[in-house]
Amino acid sequence: MATGTNTMIKDTILKVEHLSMKFGGLMAINDFSFEAKRGEITALIGPNGAGKTTVFNCITGFYKPTMGMLTLKRSNGKEFLLERLRDFEINKVAGVSRTFQNIRLFSGLTVLENLLVAQHNVLMKASGYTILGLLGLPAYKTAAKEAIEKATYWLEKADLIDRADDPAGDLSYGAQRRLEIARAMCTGPELLCLDEPAAGLNPKESLTLNALLRGIRDEGTSLLLIEHDMSVVMEISDHVVVLEYGQKISDGTPDHVKNDPKVIAAYLGVEDEEVEQIEEQLDHGTVEGGTV
Amino acid sequence: MEYFIQQLANGLTLGSIYGLVAIGYTMVYGIIGMINFAHGDIFMLGGFAALIAFLILTTFFAGIPVALALLLMLVIAMLMTGLWNWTIERIAYRPLRGSFRLAPLITAIGMSIVLSNFIQVTQGPRNKPIPPLVTDVYHIGNITISLKQILIVVITSILLFAFWYIVNKTPLGRAQRATEQDRKMAALLGVDVDRTISITFVMGAALAAVAGTMYLMYYGVAGFNDGFIPGVKAFTAAVLGGIGSLPGAVLGGLLIGLIESLWSAYFSIAYKDVATFAILAIVLIFKPTGILGRPEVEKV
Amino acid sequence: MANVSVNVQEDVMAKAVKEGAIAGIIAFLMFLVFVGIETYQDINNQLVWRTRWGLLAVFVIVAAVGRFITVGFIKPHLDKRKLAKAKTGVLEISEEKSFFHKHFLKIALVFLLCYPFLAMMIFGRQGSLKYVDNFGIQILIYVMLAWGLNIVVGLAGLLDLGYVAFYAVGAYSYALLSSYFGFSFWLLLPMAGILAALWGVILGFPVLRLRGDYLAIVTLAFGEIIRLVLINWTDVTRGTFGVSGIAKASFFGIWSFDVGAANNFNKAWGLPSSSVYYKMFLFYIILALCMLTAYVTIRLRRMPIGRAWEALREDEIACRSLGINTVTTKLTAFATGAMFGGFAGSFFAARQGFVSPESFVFLESAVILAIVVLGGMGSLTGIAIAAVVMVGGTELLREMEFLKHIFGPDFTPELYRMLLFGLAMVIVMLFKPRGFVGTREPTAFLKTRKAVSGSFTKEGHG
Repeated sequence: MATGTNTMIKDTILKVEHLSMKFGGLMAINDFSFEAKRGEITALIGPNGAGKTTVFNCITGFYKPTMGMLTLKRSNGKEFLLERLRDFEINKVAGVSRTFQNIRLFSGLTVLENLLVAQHNVLMKASGYTILGLLGLPAYKTAAKEAIEKATYWLEKADLIDRADDPAGDLSYGAQRRLEIARAMCTGPELLCLDEPAAGLNPKESLTLNALLRGIRDEGTSLLLIEHDMSVVMEISDHVVVLEYGQKISDGTPDHVKNDPKVIAAYLGVEDEEVEQIEEQLDHGTVEGGTV
Repeated sequence: MEYFIQQLANGLTLGSIYGLVAIGYTMVYGIIGMINFAHGDIFMLGGFAALIAFLILTTFFAGIPVALALLLMLVIAMLMTGLWNWTIERIAYRPLRGSFRLAPLITAIGMSIVLSNFIQVTQGPRNKPIPPLVTDVYHIGNITISLKQILIVVITSILLFAFWYIVNKTPLGRAQRATEQDRKMAALLGVDVDRTISITFVMGAALAAVAGTMYLMYYGVAGFNDGFIPGVKAFTAAVLGGIGSLPGAVLGGLLIGLIESLWSAYFSIAYKDVATFAILAIVLIFKPTGILGRPEVEKV
Repeated sequence: MANVSVNVQEDVMAKAVKEGAIAGIIAFLMFLVFVGIETYQDINNQLVWRTRWGLLAVFVIVAAVGRFITVGFIKPHLDKRKLAKAKTGVLEISEEKSFFHKHFLKIALVFLLCYPFLAMMIFGRQGSLKYVDNFGIQILIYVMLAWGLNIVVGLAGLLDLGYVAFYAVGAYSYALLSSYFGFSFWLLLPMAGILAALWGVILGFPVLRLRGDYLAIVTLAFGEIIRLVLINWTDVTRGTFGVSGIAKASFFGIWSFDVGAANNFNKAWGLPSSSVYYKMFLFYIILALCMLTAYVTIRLRRMPIGRAWEALREDEIACRSLGINTVTTKLTAFATGAMFGGFAGSFFAARQGFVSPESFVFLESAVILAIVVLGGMGSLTGIAIAAVVMVGGTELLREMEFLKHIFGPDFTPELYRMLLFGLAMVIVMLFKPRGFVGTREPTAFLKTRKAVSGSFTKEGHG
């Protein structure tokens, strides 16, 4: 896939090339390449410790990769090399936002305030970097109103409108997850990265989440997600990338990945010969791929 | 060169005292993550206990050998400050454990104010001089080294070794390290966390008392306000070395002692504290967790 | 049933006696050396000692009885109350607010506006001096300083132990620039604020990537550095002697408060010559400065920068992921806090007419920080209450001349001022770990404005 073509395929939003990340002597990610398409949900899966979160942290600027190139192309055609941006610029300039595996909300602020903080950069500009806003100019007032409207929109989408004035720390786990996604969306991202959004959710909450994510995709935001819950991955992903020991072992549609013997081996931990066996059996159609 | 070595010796002496106090800061910080602002005043309290013990001893046993007097002063000071710090922990810090992070910091500052003013009220605001205890001086070439200095460095070294042994080789030390790593888990595994923390406070106070006694012996004077400056310096030493790290505290203490005496000798005595604080700031800017501190990993 | 409760009662009493005895023993051991023995210098300047068994006995009895009462009576009472509350299921939050509670701020403001005149009416012209100056102005200075520090500690969650440095920068800016160049108070007041803010940025920039307690010690170090430079840079600052004869503030350049001046305020208005009018004027200046601080803080909290400060206190990593430049956000908090410290400093210099490094020791930073935390981080009302209680309370002690009749003429209540201040800090914190006002007012709401309980807010890492 990474054949070294300079021209980005038109509808690629994120292109990861030869990404490597070393922690001391440990090679957490080794020469990893993949692409995420605009308007799609791309899932990054793999067994525990495969390096998924490390890839995420490289993309969202929390780690500086040891090697590799992360290119993000915005819809206006501008390209950004993510590894060269400062941490906060990845969101501000490149339009990438993320959620966290261990939810990170501003728990002492209300739900609404959480969503207003997410619109910081827009509001900063509208308030003339505080100075004009301090004087009470109308430009800021309209911007503040719009910000609340935008927040309201996402609160409705995430089914949190009734809790708008409660502290974020008071929400249930599932609601906190949805709030974190809503907050990330309030920054107006082009690429939304979700780190295990379904972790700890019950089946019902999981279904609501799926609908929310699909809704986000259909509005034009591309998604990249790490997920353990295969029902979520297979349900909503358009494209799946499988990572094991820091290397890519499979890449394709959910159906393709599901039936990839390497993936099955990675998840079930079988011997090499068994992989061949399974491959044979697969050819004869005796094993359903759903065991993944 | 001789002048340099002379200053080195002075710096080492001062640094030993700072190092001893710094251990108390670092241990308490390590185990409950709070800056024990009252620790400098515990050091001052130790000096006062030693001073009073000295007065009583010399009244009742006029011809007491210096070594024995010093030993008794040390023991009394250690017991007194140990008891005080134990009580302070029980009253002012334990009820706030697991609460708001700044609350124990404020009670610690409050306790620091209480301790220095308590001594001011009960023992008077004037500095208290005592006659010199140890007066022997050795000359090596042009270098003068006093027995006081040797004593300080030797006692510090012995204590450090004993301390290192306790922390690394005994069940108590293991309990301390476990509590430091994860208080809840340690409690689940049967470590008496409250007791471990109490003992840590007592140990820290005992070391501060030793430092206080030696400070008294070195300068021959004790005052109610003596806790603040050495306290801040020792705290600086603990941070410089990497707060939470025992060798770091000693290293930091020695460094600050050396910086102080060398700066006073070669540049200006007036700005010696400015130099200390400036170096702290510079070190932290380049190594944000101190020299031997574990780098703080931001878990995302 | 009755039997059981009698048994419980007896158990409690037995426990109380035991605990009281233990407390007595511990107190005896603790105070044996420091209270039981008094060291003093005799005529030959030699250090000698004498015993004070009576005083020691008082300490021991107070400790034992105090513990006995706490364990035997106060604690069971509190437990009972808690249980009763839990049974009825009434939460404290749902209590209806009283009229006084609702309009507290308006009442307080009206009272403050009338305060100097009230003092003059009650205590006469010279008698009111003390109340306007020692209480009014003194407390308001601390209110302003604490509100300024609140931006750094309470909102942005950055632990600053060297806040007094900016107070010093403000005070010396006014003292030096007015002595050397003769600039007026009204020009130097904003300038002092700007200079302090500038220093905030200069000191803040290199250290803001430090976290938590590392930041605390470096701010403490910077505070000490500034004080030490003030002491040692004698050519400019006159060292420990300080700068004296600092010009008074004028009535906006129209009237002067200098006695000899042609446009003397008192003469112009036909008032008797008394310094009380100048003090009253100063009172209104500091009141206005406080109001400015409060206004700016309230406005900033509702703006993106203020929300970013609070978000930073809650979770710095999440802030970065939302595209907030945490460095500039922290710097603005630092600079804004420093600016108010600078204003307060220049006011302080004008009021005292004299500044020396003595006024800017670490203890001042600690007191200001204590007021912020005791008030409830982030709450302007709580902080103001804390300032009144802590500063006013200790000032009150100066006035307790009648104690001399109880404890004898040697008794100087002032000596106990800081001791009691420290004790009060500990006690208030033990009973109210989140401060007087533990809840947080949200800055925006959709339907209803509900206060956020203190258990959700964080106190920051940096």
